[in-house]
Amino acid sequence: METSLAITLSMLLPASAVVTNLLFRNNPNLRDGLTLFAAIATFFVVLNILTTVGNTTTETFVLLEVIPGLELAFNVEPLGLMFAILASGLWIVTHIYGIGYMRGNNEDDHARFFACFSFAIFSVMGIAFAANMFTLFLFYEVLTLSTYPLVAHKGTLAAVKGARTYLSILIGTSIGLQLVAVIWTFSIAGTLDFTKGGILEGLIAGPAVAILLALYAFGIGKAALMPFHRWLPAAMVAPTPVSALLHAVAVVKAGVFTMLKVGIYIFGIDFLATTEASVWLMWLAAFSIIASSVIALTKDNLKARLAYSTISQLSYITLGVALATSMGVLGGSLHVVMHAMGKITLFMCAGSIYVATHKTNISQMSGLGRAMPITFIAFLIGSLSIIGLPPLGGSWSKWLLIMGAADAGQLVMIGVLLISSLLNVAYLLPVAGKGFFLKTPNQADPTKFSESPTLVWGPPAFTAFGCIVLFFYAGHIQAFLMPIIAAP
Amino acid sequence: MATQTTHHVAMTLADHLPILQVLIPFITAPLIVFIGRRELAWPLAFIASATSFLIACLLLSKVIGGGVISYQIGGWAPPLGIEYRVDAANAFVLFLVTGIATLVLPYARYSVGAEMPQRTQTLFYSLFLLCMTGLLGVTITADAFNVFVFLEISSLSTYVLIAQGSYRDKRALTASFNYLIMGTIGATFFVIGLGFLYMATGTLNMADLADRLAGQYDSRTVRAGFAFILVGMGLKVAIFPLHFWLPNAYTYAPSAVTTFLAATATKVAVYVLLRFIFSVFQPAFLAETSTLEIIFYPFALLAMFAASATAIFQRDLKRMLAYSSIAQIGYMLLGIALLSETGLMATILHLFNHGITKAALFMGVGAYALRSKSTFYIDLQGLGKTMPWTSAAVVIGGVSLIGVPGTAGFLSKWLLVQAALEQGYWPISMLIVASSLLAVIYVWRLVETLYLSAPNSEQPIREAPLSMLLPLWIVALACIYFGFETDITLGAAKAAAQALLAGSSGMMH
Repeated sequence: METSLAITLSMLLPASAVVTNLLFRNNPNLRDGLTLFAAIATFFVVLNILTTVGNTTTETFVLLEVIPGLELAFNVEPLGLMFAILASGLWIVTHIYGIGYMRGNNEDDHARFFACFSFAIFSVMGIAFAANMFTLFLFYEVLTLSTYPLVAHKGTLAAVKGARTYLSILIGTSIGLQLVAVIWTFSIAGTLDFTKGGILEGLIAGPAVAILLALYAFGIGKAALMPFHRWLPAAMVAPTPVSALLHAVAVVKAGVFTMLKVGIYIFGIDFLATTEASVWLMWLAAFSIIASSVIALTKDNLKARLAYSTISQLSYITLGVALATSMGVLGGSLHVVMHAMGKITLFMCAGSIYVATHKTNISQMSGLGRAMPITFIAFLIGSLSIIGLPPLGGSWSKWLLIMGAADAGQLVMIGVLLISSLLNVAYLLPVAGKGFFLKTPNQADPTKFSESPTLVWGPPAFTAFGCIVLFFYAGHIQAFLMPIIAAP
Repeated sequence: MATQTTHHVAMTLADHLPILQVLIPFITAPLIVFIGRRELAWPLAFIASATSFLIACLLLSKVIGGGVISYQIGGWAPPLGIEYRVDAANAFVLFLVTGIATLVLPYARYSVGAEMPQRTQTLFYSLFLLCMTGLLGVTITADAFNVFVFLEISSLSTYVLIAQGSYRDKRALTASFNYLIMGTIGATFFVIGLGFLYMATGTLNMADLADRLAGQYDSRTVRAGFAFILVGMGLKVAIFPLHFWLPNAYTYAPSAVTTFLAATATKVAVYVLLRFIFSVFQPAFLAETSTLEIIFYPFALLAMFAASATAIFQRDLKRMLAYSSIAQIGYMLLGIALLSETGLMATILHLFNHGITKAALFMGVGAYALRSKSTFYIDLQGLGKTMPWTSAAVVIGGVSLIGVPGTAGFLSKWLLVQAALEQGYWPISMLIVASSLLAVIYVWRLVETLYLSAPNSEQPIREAPLSMLLPLWIVALACIYFGFETDITLGAAKAAAQALLAGSSGMMH
């Protein structure tokens, strides 16, 4: 298949799922089946791109030129392809889970829900294959708008308020800061194309580099760098499939993916390293990692705890960029995959517990592990991967990040990563621990609960298995990503 | 032989396009009254405006590359005779005015039918065309006094059109009267300014004026004339502290009238302002008199923030949009103040993009007014479910108003920020995006009201009729279309900006 055709298809398929969802809103099986078909087809189209282009960077294909120099253009490069595979693959899993969850939970407005969901995936594909910052920014905003109805889905006062926080922070940072950064970049470089080695070297110097980086780093609100992280816990009012795919994978990863793209292809890692413009970002990311882990410790609501854990883990990736070393960037990129697989498992387990027992707080989950063993084992595996223990995927990305910190000569950062791992242990393991080892405190009989429906426990079990598989295939992914750090 | 004759006629017609542009609605307006049949009024008005739109398209296609068409009325050569001149700047505005009129009329058919008694409807269409004639004349003429004449034609008909809202709400009468007073003061100031210029130069043709003014920038008469023109036109534009007539006029006018005025009237006034300060006076004159620093920057920024902040606290959607319009005019003034090609392009592009965006929004409001009988937020609750098509189009308009990428509103804001950065005014670029964020607040308040609030009324509310939905969706989709396809808009804006920046030499043939 032609690459341009494949890219177009990978975006058209989710877009068509939006239409079929709205058309067949009253025929649930046909509607959900067609969406599943679209998800699988999207995944295969993306895999087809993988087999034909591998980890090379393809020619840019320009859809149209909006303003001279500003093009809506797409291409395939390793980082984007990895993101596309990740998002489209996990879309299948989450869609299956979503059908089970939405039906099992008697949620309303399935058609609107899945339509917005597909629309979000459409924008993610646009982000993944964007060939310049303009295109990326466009889809970045579309992603925000398409996920807003998902956050507000329940329509309760809490949902409306959460959605308001979600939108105001994401739109506020992107229009208020990122847009200025993008236009500034355009006005000094005359282009926004993602280019190996960056496009800014020699065109900007002194404190302006750090200011521009700050506009990007805070402007990319989806990366949830403190102090612009509040939207992520706020988004947890959404139904769990949304939290699982969008707020553990698609949306937040779109954020750090943008951060990686900006670091690698706009500034250039070497340029960042020589100007030392990213040192402050490194410290801020480190603060973000530790602070949000500590906050996670205090949260009793499981989804809130996972949300703060996500904020912390996203900052790992920002840290990888800010270290401005090859290993750091590589570790950050690998962490996109590893964290995605781990965190989606955890969220789907949280949803599974909710469907089966309607419990949301960790303190109420004592003893549930015996009633729902698969869910809790999957949760344990996911936790261990996030913590970064072998033989689970998460261990490799942390390893590379630590090497990156060592390369940069930032020994404190190694300490930060280690402390963070310990904090991860402290806030994640008790969940599975309480589930398995504690007795149910009050008179309630744990045996009255049983495992959630197959469509709900199956997907997290699958992704938990994926965490183990990733441990053995991390080398392949690393080799696949090598071109992004190769000298231009 | 026959073909030759046809060819000859066609040639003549093509040559007369500039005058036909004004003449067709001008003649149809009294024709409608003379015929006096209500069922014929609408078709005649529509044919006239569609023909005008066609002419505007032809004119724009001729000058978009940077050309100029000069038409001498009655064969009297300027500066003695009245000249019509079409270049990219005003052809683009003609395109906007006629295009919006052609879309508003099908929309008006149902909306006017519901909002006005039958006996006034015939006169309404006649007045509508008259108002359009005025706006087109103001735009196309190259004679300064002729601008005043057409301005009065459009203003007088506008006062009556606004007053038609009194069948729905009596406050339309005071709104109209208020506008009458303010508008007349504006027009008087404008004509006093022209008088001063005439005193100094003895001519009224714009190119001739520019020529003769060149040596007299120190003259107090000329400076006073400039000040009068600026304030007079500023009232029509609704530059921030001169905007008091606008919110009530927009709120209480019939929906179709509000849509037409919001999308065209202030835009035409902005064009006249551009024409006077760049072509009749020179950009250098602006610098010399510090007009930009004293008037444009502060009032543009004030409008962007004060009017947006006021919009946030409105309880009536129509009034909210009116305040948002005042804020958006701030952007256009800012583009002028930046005094660069990119800045002017931003102004001209925004003039168009904001025109279609507001048209979409006000058409949506009209649909709500029709079905829900009110435009207060409290009565709009939950309409996203009952009027899905209207609401979806309104959301598209709202998103374009914010300037989200992929919409027309985004491109003009992009250019504006870029223009500010080019000049090194990064605080201004931050202010532009900051005021966009205020737009997020007021637009999102609307979205939450429409989609996330429980319906307030017991009666079932139906979707708006197709004849209103269709024009609404055409402009809504135009908001997206012109967010990607920019050959027409950006091409015209670029040619216009270049011509304007060339100063009076841009007026030469």
